Amino acid sequence: MKKSIVLLLIVLLASSFAFAQGTKEDATMANAPMKVGVIYVSSPGDFGYSYMHDQGTKAMEAYFGDKIEVIRMENIPENDSSERVMENLIDEGCKIIFANSYNYMQYMLNVAERYPDVYFEHCSGYLSNDNMSNYFGRMYQMRYLSGMIAGAMSASGKIGYVGAYNTPEVVRGINAFTLGARSVNPNATVTVVWTNTWFDPTLERQSAVALLDQGCDVIAQHQDTTEPAKAALERGKYAIGYNADFRAIIGDDRVLVSPMWNWGNYMIPEVQAALDGTWKSQSYWGGLDDDMIHLSPISPLVPQAMVDKVMAKQDEIKNDTWDVFWGALKDNTGAVRQQAGQKMSDGDMLTMDWFVEGVIGSVK
Amino acid sequence: MRIRFEKRDYRSKRIAILVPIISLLVSFLLGAIVLGFSHANPLQTYGAMIKGAFGSQMKLQYTLVKAIPLLLCGLSVGIAFRLKFWNIGAEGQYVGGVIGITWVMQFWTFLPEALLLPVGIIVGVLTGALLGGIPGVLKAQWSVDETLTTLMMNYIIIGYAEYLYINAWKAPLGNMGTVPYPKVAWLPKIWGRVHAGIFFALALVVILWFVLYKTRWGFELNMIGKNQRAAQCQGVSIKKNIILAMLLSGAIAGLAGVIDSAAVTHQLTKGVDAGYGFTGIIIAWMSGLNPFVSIIISIIMAALETGTDALQMKLGLPSAMGEVLQGLILIPLLAGNIFIEYRVLFIRSHKELSV
Repeated sequence: MKKSIVLLLIVLLASSFAFAQGTKEDATMANAPMKVGVIYVSSPGDFGYSYMHDQGTKAMEAYFGDKIEVIRMENIPENDSSERVMENLIDEGCKIIFANSYNYMQYMLNVAERYPDVYFEHCSGYLSNDNMSNYFGRMYQMRYLSGMIAGAMSASGKIGYVGAYNTPEVVRGINAFTLGARSVNPNATVTVVWTNTWFDPTLERQSAVALLDQGCDVIAQHQDTTEPAKAALERGKYAIGYNADFRAIIGDDRVLVSPMWNWGNYMIPEVQAALDGTWKSQSYWGGLDDDMIHLSPISPLVPQAMVDKVMAKQDEIKNDTWDVFWGALKDNTGAVRQQAGQKMSDGDMLTMDWFVEGVIGSVK
Repeated sequence: MRIRFEKRDYRSKRIAILVPIISLLVSFLLGAIVLGFSHANPLQTYGAMIKGAFGSQMKLQYTLVKAIPLLLCGLSVGIAFRLKFWNIGAEGQYVGGVIGITWVMQFWTFLPEALLLPVGIIVGVLTGALLGGIPGVLKAQWSVDETLTTLMMNYIIIGYAEYLYINAWKAPLGNMGTVPYPKVAWLPKIWGRVHAGIFFALALVVILWFVLYKTRWGFELNMIGKNQRAAQCQGVSIKKNIILAMLLSGAIAGLAGVIDSAAVTHQLTKGVDAGYGFTGIIIAWMSGLNPFVSIIISIIMAALETGTDALQMKLGLPSAMGEVLQGLILIPLLAGNIFIEYRVLFIRSHKELSV
């Protein structure tokens, strides 16, 4: 047994070197397409977060045609394996790499420091480098609008929210959603359950069921699958989608609305800049004006008057005459966090670690 | 006709060599069928996997980096298995090691910087030993089934680690992890991505081989595993040895975690439960508990992971195919072991005799 394994390994090693020498590829041909690496934390089959990123990738492929060649890497764990995957992508000739989840951040920076000629794009983090950008969108604005609809449609005033992690991104979304709900339904509360995972269909569903058991009649979510929404619909309650248009995917009008991403609108100009040689590192936080975020079509079950109200608010955001975290704010212990007339800075929004009044739950 | 398995009186060399080779061929054949269904060329796929794991200096380095914690976890599990103590808890003991070193790096700021790494290593190893020792004591004193305790402790420790990096020890700015260790306390790299942890692992292989095969204690452990009652009659203390072996097993799994976090991740973060402890069980089993053979097995297991990148990258296969192939390669290899220990007898039924 032991000897044969030694033999086996020798054969494996020998053949690997043979393979290595047999096919040395030359990626620097004059008209060869530029290779673009894309790393997803889950599979685009989730109909959620990675699905929407892949929609962006597809838009990018359609836009550039044979000028680029995309290499997709799905289900890449958020640990040091991601560093290996990135280096393998560079080995394949990728000139620009997108990675779509938070915990790739440090590993991407490690690789970026090693390969100054490759462009790196990290979604949802805060680290950057001369050749590494971070990008995200002001999703909290869409959360506010979806919160308005949830507040208007909830009979009990009890809304449930399945949250992934207590990161500022998720906390900010919950706060914006709650402010939106209470703007139309001042007594509404939003109860938060943490799953401590982005992607776990079973756990996401169980968390939604727990909220429904407590009497919540609208379920919102910051998760990667449609399971929380489906759990609500099976109980005959309402759901608020996320990432993709859940109403179209599930085919049920009780999905009232879905805040959605449009990643292609960021990826296309970045790849164009890489092709043109004008790429520059940045920290990008896109909004409505560049259509990085938007609301899905609103369900016909929502009264037209309410739809008009939401659209009016959206115009205020678009015209910069109003934003979600402007004005007086109290946290859910009753302490005043911001005085009337003040506007919260991007920095404070990006590090938010407290809940507004009306949220039932704890950030810690 | 009936089929019966009969224990072999002696292990034939021929069988010992043939079985793994045939198992491997069966593995490749099974994989080829699955690949055929996905319209992929099996030879091309296996070639891409091998190249993906060993095909360049960079790829070889990544495979070795993966093999280091796998080897240590294999050694850890192997010691416990020697006594037929089924330690399924290397995963938790590994995470415990990471918690230990992170605790030092985060809060023992009174230490001079040069001492952070050595003290961190010691505390991490002790944490692993403690976590391994608990099921050891439970088994020795009260005969509590170790498979359950070690397995369940994994979930407790991983859950606690999650609580630490998401809540208690979370770095500001919403990081899902602690603040990184100070750079002076990182375990240095020695060849590209390969870090000094490889010395710890290889040294431990030699030490364990010596202890297990050349010392009285190693002999006692073996005896307990082979025949507990005989060992007891010889005056070997079962209780003491179970506890000692589990302390050592936990310490080595803890060391695996300590080394990987000091050299690769530099923090306690999401993804700390990467499954090395569970893969260690397979490594221990496939290596026949031999430390030297474990080196080769852990490289193969590491290659199975690093090589699967190529499936998506080169061949456009779905990511799940990697896991399917990994499983298909392992099952016949593990199952093949039974033909080394046992021989198969085909017995014709004698109908005329029955009734």
